[in-house]
Amino acid sequence: MHSELKHITAVAPFLGSFYVVLFLLNAVMAYYLWHYRHKTAAAIFWMLIGGVYICVLSPLALSGHASMVPSMPEFIRNAADRALQGTMGAVVYSSASFLGLTFLYLGRRFFVKWWVAWSGLNLALLALGLSMTNQNFYSIAAKPDNVPIVGLVFLLGFFTWLGTAKAVENDDRAERGLPPTEKDDDEKVLVWPDLVYTELICMIVLTAVLLVWGIGLKAPLEEPASRVKTPNPSKAPWYFLGLQEMLVYYDPWMAGVVLPSVVVLGLMAIPYLDFNPRGNGYYTISQRQFSYLTFQFGFLVLWVTLIVLGTFLRGPNWNIFGPYEYWDPHKVEALNNVNLSQMFWENLLHRPLPKAPTGASGGAMALVILEREWLGIALTLGYLVLLPPIMATTVFRRFFVKMGFIRFMLMSNLMLMMMSLPIKMVLRWTFNLKYIIAIPEFFLNL
Amino acid sequence: MPTTEKEPLGEIIRESQLWKSVFRHPAPIDRRNRVVVMLTNFFLHLHPVSIKKQGIALSYTWCMGGVTFFLFLVETITGVLLMFYYRPTLEWAYNDILALRDATSLGILRELHRWGAHAMVITVWLHMYRVFLTGSYKPPREFNWVVGVVLLLLTLLLSFTGYLLPWDQLAIWAITVGSNMARATPFLGHEGPGHQLFSVAGIEMITSGSDARFGLLGARFVGEETLNRFYVLHCIAIPLAAAFLLAIHFWRVRKDGGISGPL
Repeated sequence: MHSELKHITAVAPFLGSFYVVLFLLNAVMAYYLWHYRHKTAAAIFWMLIGGVYICVLSPLALSGHASMVPSMPEFIRNAADRALQGTMGAVVYSSASFLGLTFLYLGRRFFVKWWVAWSGLNLALLALGLSMTNQNFYSIAAKPDNVPIVGLVFLLGFFTWLGTAKAVENDDRAERGLPPTEKDDDEKVLVWPDLVYTELICMIVLTAVLLVWGIGLKAPLEEPASRVKTPNPSKAPWYFLGLQEMLVYYDPWMAGVVLPSVVVLGLMAIPYLDFNPRGNGYYTISQRQFSYLTFQFGFLVLWVTLIVLGTFLRGPNWNIFGPYEYWDPHKVEALNNVNLSQMFWENLLHRPLPKAPTGASGGAMALVILEREWLGIALTLGYLVLLPPIMATTVFRRFFVKMGFIRFMLMSNLMLMMMSLPIKMVLRWTFNLKYIIAIPEFFLNL
Repeated sequence: MPTTEKEPLGEIIRESQLWKSVFRHPAPIDRRNRVVVMLTNFFLHLHPVSIKKQGIALSYTWCMGGVTFFLFLVETITGVLLMFYYRPTLEWAYNDILALRDATSLGILRELHRWGAHAMVITVWLHMYRVFLTGSYKPPREFNWVVGVVLLLLTLLLSFTGYLLPWDQLAIWAITVGSNMARATPFLGHEGPGHQLFSVAGIEMITSGSDARFGLLGARFVGEETLNRFYVLHCIAIPLAAAFLLAIHFWRVRKDGGISGPL
């Protein structure tokens, strides 16, 4: 408890200035609304919100008394910890991020309204500030190498909002038979001065940001490298944490080699698979629903949220911890995952797994393995070989006709590979399934 | 005293032989010379003379490609400066970083380099995000998107190889975790499926001393050979490859008719 108090006192000056920044943000917004938009009532409202930051939260934080510094109410912290820890945490986190993004997508017309987005930003920043008084949260979120990821989350939120807002506007215009806003800007301007000066200002602003960041936050340097002292948890650089998260569900040959290669190939293939001529050079969602949703699912749901999970919630022994929970290295999670072959032979047929006699030849061993794993092999082949033609003749009929055989096969296989991750996740959570095909003899576990 | 019309100082400078020898064009203060400057200046010739209004609207472009390139330049400059102070050997690597932290006044060189690298990974993603959302990979820009994906990969590899160089606990364990995957490469990793196919008379050819991971690390574990290998990759090989592809990327933007939209 003593260290907790010391931590709050130490972080209080930072929080005091943090709330001043929040006040400034809202003050600028209020000025913009009042001066340029002539929305006086809204301006007063956001000025009042800003007033709360500068007149209440900031002085309380700056007082430095541990009991006064505003922090996240305990019941919220406990609820978040309970929901997000352990194996259930992965289920809750992944389902929540998927459902949340689906919700944002379906309700996009509502969420792109400026006051909704602005309220969201205020709430997110407030939650961040209130959580900083918690020692466990702070030690993860304010770790120098994790700061960029906090920035990434806010930047992605902002740019997703911006892109969606422009797309919604264009889609509304299309419904009224108007061209997208971008087409209104078809006239040409000279690059000097219009573009050259923009670039110059960008460079100056960016240099300033880097300098402030560099002065304010020291680059991390830990103890000298030692091959005998393994840190717990050992984490890859943050941009590869999505891949490291896949290791929970797949063996390294899939998570570390095959799936990343498929991601790169799939990205490269996008322009050759997307045959839709619309949406070229302007923001739109309704004119390219399929490619938009596929990309967002891969990028936001599978790539970014897994990085966030790996950074902020994965702790010692690769267990999942709540955002305010202490990273206890002694916490043990019971793992009793079983292979599909075990489920089939032992649980369903109540027979031991087929086993080759010792000293059997390679061919005999292969046959025994085939017998043991036939169900998983059949399912996997069915998934990769049978599903594409079924897709081509049913839901994706129109795609198949337009794309032709090769392009359709490429697209369907890439999609199936992408979906194999969430499928394996759900199978793990629901049936404790370890491997669909388990051939440890040849390091071939799937 | 007879009063003579005095030329303004700016005019005198711009009319001087020195100025004219450096800049091949008159000052870009009228329409004609604003066109000429783009055509005759080496640094500006990357740009077209005129551009669609949409191509310079920040809310449309997010400026993320440009920011990424700027960060690439920042990384190059700070990286060269860091190379003055850093020796990639087990004896010196960590101590040089310590000295850089403790013995240089106002030293934020390493901070600029590290935060710039993190920022670059983020801005590449945001750039790709914008290009996707505006459908800018559609014809005629399919191939430039492919070049962009390779550049994205190179950015990640640049960051990854640089991560090892401080030679602290953070560095070697992140690289150990990351490179352990190579052990399981199908056919080419000694713990990968199918590597047994490469065996002659019962002797396996793919072992921990000859597999993909060994090729990456130069050893069976992250050691001095790895440090040297990653240093060369980080400072020479990958930046050169990236610079080459950047040139193609920019050239294609021009040839394909700007940053987006059908021709």
